[in-house]
Order: sequence, then C-alpha cells, then structure tokens
Amino acid sequence: MKRIYTIEDACIGCHLCEVGCITEHSQSKDPVRAFLHEPVRSISRCTVEELDGGVISLSTTCRHCDEPDCLRACISGAIQKNDAGVVRIDTEQCVGCWSCVMACPYGAVQRNLAKKKANKCDLCPDRKSPACVDACPNRALVYKEGSQK
Amino acid sequence: MLYKSVNESFNEFLIDRADAKCIRCKVCVRQCAYDVHAYLSGEDALTEDNSLCIGCRRCSALCPTGAITIRSNEESFKANASWSSAHIRNLYAQADTGGILLAAMGNPAKYPIYWDHLLLDASQVTNPSIDPLREPMELRTYLGKKPHVVEVVRDEKTGKAKLATKLSPQLKLEYPFIFSAMSYGALNLNAHKAMAAAAQELGTIYNTGEGGLHKDLYQYGKNVIVQVASGRFGVSEQYLNAGVGIEIKVGQGAKPGIGGHLPGEKVNDQISETRMIPIGSDAISPAPHHDIYSIEDLRQLIYALKEATNYEKPVSVKIAAVHHVAAIASGIARAGADIITIDGFRGGTGAAPQVIRDNVGIPMELALAAVDARLRDEGIRNQVSIVVGGGVRNSSDAIKAIALGADAINLGTSTLLALGCTLCQRCYTGKCPWGITTNNPYLAKRLNPEIGAERLVNLVHAWGHEMKEILGGMGLNALESLRGNRYKLRAVGLSDQAMNLLGVMPAGE
Repeated sequence: MKRIYTIEDACIGCHLCEVGCITEHSQSKDPVRAFLHEPVRSISRCTVEELDGGVISLSTTCRHCDEPDCLRACISGAIQKNDAGVVRIDTEQCVGCWSCVMACPYGAVQRNLAKKKANKCDLCPDRKSPACVDACPNRALVYKEGSQK
Repeated sequence: MLYKSVNESFNEFLIDRADAKCIRCKVCVRQCAYDVHAYLSGEDALTEDNSLCIGCRRCSALCPTGAITIRSNEESFKANASWSSAHIRNLYAQADTGGILLAAMGNPAKYPIYWDHLLLDASQVTNPSIDPLREPMELRTYLGKKPHVVEVVRDEKTGKAKLATKLSPQLKLEYPFIFSAMSYGALNLNAHKAMAAAAQELGTIYNTGEGGLHKDLYQYGKNVIVQVASGRFGVSEQYLNAGVGIEIKVGQGAKPGIGGHLPGEKVNDQISETRMIPIGSDAISPAPHHDIYSIEDLRQLIYALKEATNYEKPVSVKIAAVHHVAAIASGIARAGADIITIDGFRGGTGAAPQVIRDNVGIPMELALAAVDARLRDEGIRNQVSIVVGGGVRNSSDAIKAIALGADAINLGTSTLLALGCTLCQRCYTGKCPWGITTNNPYLAKRLNPEIGAERLVNLVHAWGHEMKEILGGMGLNALESLRGNRYKLRAVGLSDQAMNLLGVMPAGE
C-alpha cells in the first residue's frame, strides 16, 4: 500500500504539513477559515519533531502498520484496518480511553481532549495524495508504495 | 532600544502583514534567517522588526495564506539627483562602522547592457528556415584546442579513412552551458550535489570552484572541471585527475584583482576535509597567484598541471574582463591554455567589497568581442575555446554571446536563481534563507538537491529548446554555424564606436 515517508535530511521544520493537515480536516478546507473562523479546529495528525534547535527535524505520522498495535489495544472496536490497508478511527465508537495512544510505538495517535476522542491520520480519503505531502515545500514527505518501516 | 540612528531606522523593506489572513502558524518566525518576525504569545500576535529585513521573500513565499507582502520602504530623503538613497545609506553605514562595505552577487548598477541592443536575424523567402521539431538540430559543443589542419589517411589494409592528426583533449558538452565555478564553502554541499547531478543528466559540465571536490562528488568526475585558484584549496594529484578538465582561476568578474576570504565560521568538518585546512580556520585566497607574475609563469603552471594529468585534460584559464583583455587573452593562448574563460563585470560573487563589485571591470559583451577578434587577427583562435560568463540572463543572451564568438557560457547567477535564490545579495552573511550559500545545517536543509537538480535540468532544457528555435529561424542546423557569426547580429541604439568594438552592423544595414 501507499504510505507517507518522511525524509529527515529534507525536513526544514516549517510545520506546513501540520497546517495542511488541519486545513484538510476542517469543514471549509480553507486555511484562514479553518484556523480563525470555524468553531472547532481539528488537531493535526502529523507532528514535526525537532532536536538541536531544528537542525534535526522530521514530520511523524501514522505508519498504517500491517499489524497495528493501536487496533489490538482498542477496547471499543473503533479502530479498524480497511481493505486498502488504511487504519482509521470511527469517532462514533471511540470512548476516549487512550489505550491506542499508549499502544502506538510511533506516537502517531493524538488525543482530542475537547471531544474526548482519539485522532489519527486517515491518509486523506478525499485527495489523490495526503494534504501534508502536498503542503511540504521541500519534498520531505513522499507518498509512495512501501512497507511500514 | 528605543533610539535608532537614521541609518538603522531607514530600512530598505517593510513587511505588510494582513492580520485578517494570519493564522498564527509561525512559519515566518521559523523560516526567517534574520529574526525579523516574532510571535507574542501573551497577545497571540505576530510582530516584526523591519530594520532587520533583507528582502529575501522567504516568509512571503512560505506563508500558507499569503498574509505577508514585502514592500520597499517608500519613505525617502529629500530628492537629490546626485545623492540617491543608496548613496546616503551606504555613507551612514560607513560612518557607523569605519569598514569596507561588503556586497554579493553581480554588479547591480546601471551600466549599459549590450545584449539589449543586439537583435538576431531570421530567414525570409530567399533562404529556408528550419523547424527544429522536425529536423535535427545540434547544440553539441567541444571545448579545447583545435588543430590547424586535419589530415586523413587511408588504412592500407582495410581501406578505411582514419584521422592522422593527433587531437588535443576535448570537453564534450551536449548543451553549451557550464554550471560555473562557485566553491564548496561559499555554496553548501546540497548546492554542489544539485549542480553535479544536473550536469550528469544534461551531459554537460559543472565547475567545482576553488574549494575542492567533496569526496561524495568524485563519482560525477566525467562532468566536472576542477579549479585551481590562488589559495590552492583541496588541490592534490587525485583532485586534478578527478574531473575531465582543469581551470586555473586568475580573476573573477565581480572582483578583479581581489582575492577571496571564506570566514572560519563557515569552515566545518566537511569543508575542512575537502579544502585540506583546519576546521574553523579562515580560507584566504591571495589576490595574485604568488607563482604567476608573467605569461611565462602562467605557462609553467599550465604545463605543470598538464604534466600532473598526463596531458589528458584541457586546461582553462579564467580571467576577469578588464582593460587590455584581448592582449591578456592572446598571452594566455600562447601560454598553452586550451580554454580561456572570461568573466564579465556582472559576474557574481559570494562576497566582495561593494566599491570593487560596482566599479571594476568591463562588460563581458565587449571583452568577448575584443578577445575573439584579436585571436582571429593573430590566427590563433583555433588554439583556444572561449567560455564566457557574467550577465547571461536567458537563452537569447546566450545565443548572442555565441554569435559574438563564445564557445560556451558559464551560468552562475542563473544557476543560483534556478536553485531558489531571490537575489537578496547577502551571501556573505552565511545566513542564506534559501539554504544555498550557507553551511548552517538548519538552513542548508532548505535546498533539497533532488529538487535543485531537476530545476537546473529544466532550465537548461528550456534554454536549449529556445536556442534551437532561434537557430532554426536563422536557417542554421547547428550551433557551430552560428559561432562567431556576427553577421547574424544587428545593433540598435549603439554608438559607432560600440558597434565597431562589437563588430556588428546597425539594424537596417
């Protein structure tokens, strides 16, 4: 399956992947509205991790594992892996126990504290390639076929 | 500080931030290499210090909502035809510091640009034009010494013709463009990787500049000219043999008569290893080569380098375009060089005294015409190829240079622009916001060599297509047919003297 790969050497720490993700998961899909005018702002599914003042940086995101630990840990059956291999959370079923958050070895599941729901990458079902990949100005995120590692 | 001197407060640029569009993503804060932008967490607001802005446009390019516009500061001094704002600003800066003003990139001052006064010919009625999409069109260029005569003999056994003349080593370029000498140190490794990979893809050449060749780039040897400058950085037998040609750098268009100085802060472990100097030490290139004080001395160095490389590689000598350039070029040809590289006064630099950059040297167009004419008059034009650089902005400038007698064109500023440079002219600070002329690892990441190489390849392909169209329109099917063919050029708005120097007729004649 196609996955998002992060290229550490090319990541410039601009965090535009996060802006792209929040915008894509908003109602309007417009950055100004998503950040300033919509009542609820979504949480970014990718996180830029930085070390040494940004000398080392990379955008982390869900690996859509072949055998997802989050899925196994989920107590309500909210996390499912579909036929295409995409691991998604059904927010209706999520009870906000954070078991998935603790189980994920990549730290790729976020907590939406306001809604008390877990939050994770859905590979942008409405797009050809995920919003974070398209938002990256330096090709540090690549969307291609490959394994989870 | 509340008080700011006139100099500090009379900044060049103003940042216009549309607050209604600002989403507080802080990309401007993170991306500015000059700490112009700041986020006030208490007020949840962005602020800026306009006096620090250098006008590189990094923030406005990366702002995801287009909330930032950089404008030039319209606030001005009382109008004065003699004292421009730039003159006044520079004088204040020197009164503040007592130092030489530093500058970078090429001469931006308002001198005539001869390309803009030359027009090209095209075929009509009496001679057919050629469609390059349907018929073959050749841009391939060979650089090096060409023989006076070519002797062909017939092999007695097989009856086939073969060349009896021994040819000098040649550089084969599929496009008449070379990514010009910008040293590793002045530019970072990502920029060098991009140039080397693009040169390989295009079948052309990249010049290392004076900072040596990084060990990772030896694999691109077939597409490399190695440079030997007055500092001799990174020069070894292995280095001289790493590429397909060698260039002796005598002068540079942006700063003729001036040496180079790479500050110690820029000399990191990789640059130290490549240049063969200690980490953190200043890399100083003396103004002259201390072993070259005459044409005879130059001949010694040329032959020393040829000897070291078994006479297998053409040797180029690069000089800045200055007065008497034709006589100097003649001397270089007679000293045994295979290629003469002429760098016009618009050629770029990573750092030069502004007074030198803006006032020393002559336009490349005139220097090229003078050198080509002189070498022809002396009957030695075939002994050297001429490579020119400094002020070629597009394919038409390039093709006009070919018609004036150039064999190939050095692309310096154009290369940087293709890599993302916005000509903010602050290379000497080592804080290039586009990650090109910086060795700061946080900033250098901004140049992805893969993207850079693609963009360089695109640029040369685009110029190549345009040159083929122009050649076809003139009824020529090879760049070789245009080389030195000044009959295909006509001048508009030039004095008789300028036309005489350029060897072109006025339009209409």
